[in-house]
Amino acid sequence: MAGIPHDHYEPKSSGEQWLHKRLPIVGLLYDTIMIPTPKNLNWMWIWGIILTFCLALQIITGIVLVMHYTPHVDLAFASVEHIMRDVNGGYMIRYLHANGASLFFVAVYLHIFRGLYYGSYKAPREVTWIIGMLIYLAMMGTAFMGYVLPWGQMSFWGATVITGLFGAIPGIGPSIQTWLLGGPAVDNATLNRFFSLHYLLPFVIAGLVAVHIWAFHTTGNNNPTGVEVRRGSKEEAAKDTLPFWPYYVIKDLFALAVVLIVFFAVVSFMPNYLGHPDNYIEANPLSTPAHIVPEWYFLPFYAILRAFTADVLLVQITEFVTFGIVDAKFFGVLAMFGAIAVMALAPWLDTSSVRSGRYRPMFKWWFALLAVDFIVLMWVGSQTPTPVTAWISLIASYYWFAYFLVILPLLGVIEKPLPQPATIEDDFNAHYGKAHPAE
Amino acid sequence: MFRKIALGAVAALTLAVSVNAASAAETTVHIEDVAFPYEGPFGSFDRNQLQRGLQVYTEVCSACHGLKFVPIRTLADEGGPQLPEDQVRAYAANLSVNDEASNPKLIDPETGSARTLVPADNFPANHAAGAPDLSLMAKARAGFHGPYGLGINQLFRGIGGPEYIHAILTGYTGEEKEEAGSVFYENHAFSTGWIKMPPPLSDDQVTYADGTAATVDQMSMDVSAFLMWTAEPKLMARKETGFKAVLFLIIFASLLYLTNKRIWAGVKGKKLA
Repeated sequence: MAGIPHDHYEPKSSGEQWLHKRLPIVGLLYDTIMIPTPKNLNWMWIWGIILTFCLALQIITGIVLVMHYTPHVDLAFASVEHIMRDVNGGYMIRYLHANGASLFFVAVYLHIFRGLYYGSYKAPREVTWIIGMLIYLAMMGTAFMGYVLPWGQMSFWGATVITGLFGAIPGIGPSIQTWLLGGPAVDNATLNRFFSLHYLLPFVIAGLVAVHIWAFHTTGNNNPTGVEVRRGSKEEAAKDTLPFWPYYVIKDLFALAVVLIVFFAVVSFMPNYLGHPDNYIEANPLSTPAHIVPEWYFLPFYAILRAFTADVLLVQITEFVTFGIVDAKFFGVLAMFGAIAVMALAPWLDTSSVRSGRYRPMFKWWFALLAVDFIVLMWVGSQTPTPVTAWISLIASYYWFAYFLVILPLLGVIEKPLPQPATIEDDFNAHYGKAHPAE
Repeated sequence: MFRKIALGAVAALTLAVSVNAASAAETTVHIEDVAFPYEGPFGSFDRNQLQRGLQVYTEVCSACHGLKFVPIRTLADEGGPQLPEDQVRAYAANLSVNDEASNPKLIDPETGSARTLVPADNFPANHAAGAPDLSLMAKARAGFHGPYGLGINQLFRGIGGPEYIHAILTGYTGEEKEEAGSVFYENHAFSTGWIKMPPPLSDDQVTYADGTAATVDQMSMDVSAFLMWTAEPKLMARKETGFKAVLFLIIFASLLYLTNKRIWAGVKGKKLA
């Protein structure tokens, strides 16, 4: 795909021409920063920049933390306290890093749900969506391993529970678990490999982010109408778009500054609010905490994992049909990963020809219910299991799957969409009126 | 346009609030909220209170509990008890090591017994009686939960670690029982209702130099505040940094708002001022 027609970089001076013939790097940067962007993007299109900022923040603070951290079961906890007490500004760097993970996930969830509402996953943006899902998976792996590093009680027991999930795979599970842990239980080998991978994965994410951006710079951004930019000529495209610089750079920077006001207030005034007190107790393999709860950003999927107990009829039938190979524990693991897999398959499950939820009267309600469902799952994932929460988590989990596997395919057939604007320019002018010429 | 931002903000806030993973099961006990002076964005440690708390720790708690992550020299730091340097040196020299097995670094290899401590040392560890280390205790316990696992109480009152410590120290009923060779003391703030620690405080157990009446309640509050400092010694510096950062960001965001408005004015068909 040729992308949206626009002016390209022309090297002017002899020095620029000399470099451009050998390495067209200035041209690449120019085309990236001046990319034509739909002029009607709303405030839900800011999260990409926030996420890029988060990645940079996490890498920079992380590299400084590594200078003072010691990955050893006897020293890790104390080295974190050393950072908090003796390293210049260390307390701030660590709190920025710990809360930075939370900001990262707040932004990624809003980013994903924006994509789900405006149909950003639909053709021709499936590859962007899939790479985004890979980034999300890599983020979860990175965050999980990072949480193990301070070597508190939740670090240790979280690692024990999560690696135990892989042990539920029939046959090869226990071997995989041992391979992940580097031994029969969570120990020094586990801490060291998690440390190593926690350092590696962010750079994998950075690479994936570059491909993510490349992919949607090829197809062009989606926009709130879901109507494509006209590409007949440069002039036609210019009516629907604005260059990224300065219009969106400044807008995104403004949004980033507003988000950072809240972020710095949390970091400075309530840095442990999103953490768990048990992680200020040094890891002790002999003492299991009363409740092992993952970090908040894992709770929705943790709820799905726990929802499918041996009491659930579907689980019993599955166990019977598979001759016991898929037992309740393995079913839960499959459900948890399946919940992300169905989301990744959204481009092929959504049969509607209309992209944006704005013009889909029935879809709107089901989508709103999905957003509520996500919050309910998050809440129920934090609760101690009771018969009531078991029912809530089961119903909420069923809805998650039903949305992607049943509702999205059906809606495209039965829903009668509203009329869409012919062009992005029409939508924009309907909001703001025609621009004053040459002002 | 602000409707979307507001929606986003509400969504983000809902995420943040709904998620606070407070495990509410065992906490039928009531922890009383204490208005500590360091709470809230504007709060700061009361230096006199920290010094009184240090005295309670030294004369009472240290018999069984260590503070192994806390360097003694930090007693002189700004934003802490802020003892004069010579007092810190004298304090270190007077500290006794009650659990030599847990403090190999403090043992003189020639005599085989504990050497004189200096400010560069950490407070001794103490695991002899099986008592937990107190360095991080104020951050390792949650006094407040819920309601319904929503984390709203923690949002408004703080996580409540120091309140929990205060509640434990004042929660004894005087009842005791013997079980499997151990004596347990009834305590309303403890999750199981019975705690192994004997009631550590009684009225006038310490004599405060500043003349404050040493009631159990007063000593409990002082030592809880002191333990908040040992857990979070950079609390004051952190808040100060926070104010600078937030103030800067508000100004920066305002300028970006105006810049953004001006840049888009032409495109949106608005007249420039």
